[in-house]
Amino acid sequence: MTTSRTHTAGTGPVTSGREGFPTTMTAPLHDTSAAETAAVDVAADVPAAAIEGRSPWRIAWTRLKRDKVALAGGVIVVFLVLVAVFAPLIVDAFGHPPDEFHEDQIDPLFGTPVKDWGGITKDFLFGVEPINGRDIFSRIVYGARVSLLVAFLAAVFAVILGTLFGIVAGFFGGWVDAIISRTMDMLLAFPQLLFTIALVSVVPNEIWGFEGTAVRMAVLVVVIGFFGWPYVARIVRGQTLSLREREYVEAATSLGAGRGYILFRELLPNLIAPITVYTTLMIPTNILTEAALSFLGVGVKAPTSSWGQMLSKAITTYETDPMFMIIPGMAIFITVLAFNLFGDGVRDALDPKGSR
Amino acid sequence: MTPDLTKTGAAVGEPVRDGAEGFLDVRDLRIHFPTDDGLVKSVDGLSFKLEKGETLGIVGESGSGKSVTSLGIMGLHTVGQYGRNKARISGEIWLNGTELLSAPPDDVRKLRGREISMIFQDPLSALHPYYTIGQQIVEAYRIHHPVDKKTARRRAIEMLDRVGIPQPDKRVDSYPHEFSGGMRQRAMIAMSLVNNPELLIADEPTTALDVTVQAQILDLIRDLQKEFGSAVIVITHDLGVVAELADQILVMYGGRCVERGTAEKVFYEPQHPYTWGLLGSMPRIDREQTERLIPVKGTPPSLINVPSGCAFHPRCPYAGETGGRSQTERPELREVAERHLSACHLTDEQRGRIWTEEIAPKL
Repeated sequence: MTTSRTHTAGTGPVTSGREGFPTTMTAPLHDTSAAETAAVDVAADVPAAAIEGRSPWRIAWTRLKRDKVALAGGVIVVFLVLVAVFAPLIVDAFGHPPDEFHEDQIDPLFGTPVKDWGGITKDFLFGVEPINGRDIFSRIVYGARVSLLVAFLAAVFAVILGTLFGIVAGFFGGWVDAIISRTMDMLLAFPQLLFTIALVSVVPNEIWGFEGTAVRMAVLVVVIGFFGWPYVARIVRGQTLSLREREYVEAATSLGAGRGYILFRELLPNLIAPITVYTTLMIPTNILTEAALSFLGVGVKAPTSSWGQMLSKAITTYETDPMFMIIPGMAIFITVLAFNLFGDGVRDALDPKGSR
Repeated sequence: MTPDLTKTGAAVGEPVRDGAEGFLDVRDLRIHFPTDDGLVKSVDGLSFKLEKGETLGIVGESGSGKSVTSLGIMGLHTVGQYGRNKARISGEIWLNGTELLSAPPDDVRKLRGREISMIFQDPLSALHPYYTIGQQIVEAYRIHHPVDKKTARRRAIEMLDRVGIPQPDKRVDSYPHEFSGGMRQRAMIAMSLVNNPELLIADEPTTALDVTVQAQILDLIRDLQKEFGSAVIVITHDLGVVAELADQILVMYGGRCVERGTAEKVFYEPQHPYTWGLLGSMPRIDREQTERLIPVKGTPPSLINVPSGCAFHPRCPYAGETGGRSQTERPELREVAERHLSACHLTDEQRGRIWTEEIAPKL
């Protein structure tokens, strides 16, 4: 029955004339009214036709470019990522191998650097570590790898879990929502730090052929990510609750769209903005958590360095050699600040109601 | 489940009786929503029939159950709602021999868009802001037709052209916010019609538009209907819209039908005091401006505590003339003239007298 009816009027050629005037528009069933109609709409829309359509992402990018503070944060973030990626090259050019001892730089009596300011010289840009004289610059550069990688992977892990559970809880509601929400409440009430310390003490040094640093980093990623997803899920769930009542969801349903289509094609695109924002703001939190865990001795083990682990070591010598504490502290501070500024900028740029 | 949808309805058994009569046959439809305050009887025993090529106008004020009816026919009260706002629906909705309320949800989903389609009131909120108009029409088409994107895109451009959007091959890549209100509604109509539905439900299709665009959209709906021979249900509170489009009119009050008949009958010989009120409160350009518009007194009834007897009696100026029956006994729809039903306790003589002496002169 549906096949017997075909479009005859619409199949003709649609030759658009010069600037925006359809000369041979083939619609008219009602010649006069359709022509009038077309004329009215064309008249109203000729100027608009000249403007290139901009997708929401292009608009956000334009806005972000105007936000100088966020852009500065973004530049620092990119710089840090490059430092982490090219750590071996940078250390080759400006430093000494991170696990090389330089006892000649250390006062044998006090164990502190010989030179002032924690031993900062042209040769040792950030000074040397007390006792063994390792190059702090190299250890900071290599530490960036651990910090950023753990923070980033944990954020990705948390976002994937959080989005999945949040969207399902929000869309399906009822008992599905109840189970997921209560699980989230439990996780949020869980003493994360104690759990992690306990976990690390029972994790073997070797899993599936990986050992040492890789295992420690994997544990950090899983633990930070696992305790991070409820925060994402709560945001996604709330958004989904309001989005699923939108009329375009109803409209899509009325056109025969199934559940999967609604979830992933109608709802998810609207969630990408809040998720992106939350991810950029979550990475700095994760850096801090990683530092805290390393500080407590749960993170990577020497000779691999991480910022938190360096801080932890500095505790014993900060009265005689404060620079050893200040430098990793500054590294963490600058990184977190840069990520936060960038994240705020991204949030403003993606906010459709933002005035900037 | 057999893919042959026409048989699923017949297999349901009992309600078949004489099968479905006509193309769309709604029988004793009731849609109730349990809430904390009580049971909201949004639609309470609605019946009507519609043939292909016909247009039915459902008229009534806010909260009379018009939109709930349309969403009920689309089956949208039960989708995606797990435990919340669950509607209680009873009755029968026969579409082309299939009973929709008892059919498996997935079968009804396949009918949506292909057999029944809907135009929403506010096209901006009914179009997805992140996709271009073209992408949305393409997706709507591809849900029901296994074609590649290129073919579907050609179809989308063709539909946009068909609904009178200039430069359809360019505008197909525009986002909804780049369209004017009238163009959005055209795009929405193109999307609803892309699968050639046999039944089109237009829920206040012109309410969000200004008057000149309204007329164009109404023309468009009428023309497309003529071309495709679909059945159309227009839901509106605007009697002018109904006068433009409808062959039949169904007047709703408090979740029930109070008057039903052909458009001429309902407009020129209305048989229910509420319809008189509606006509009296409608501005008309051909009326001498000697008198003010007469609004229907009072407010629409609560759908939780529907007034006893005739739901309209607290607002009806003639309720006193039925000897108390309006207050106690619910009037049933009965034939007052050929193909003209009214639910009122007034006798034919009373109604005839009131109409000729009091109402008609003022209209």
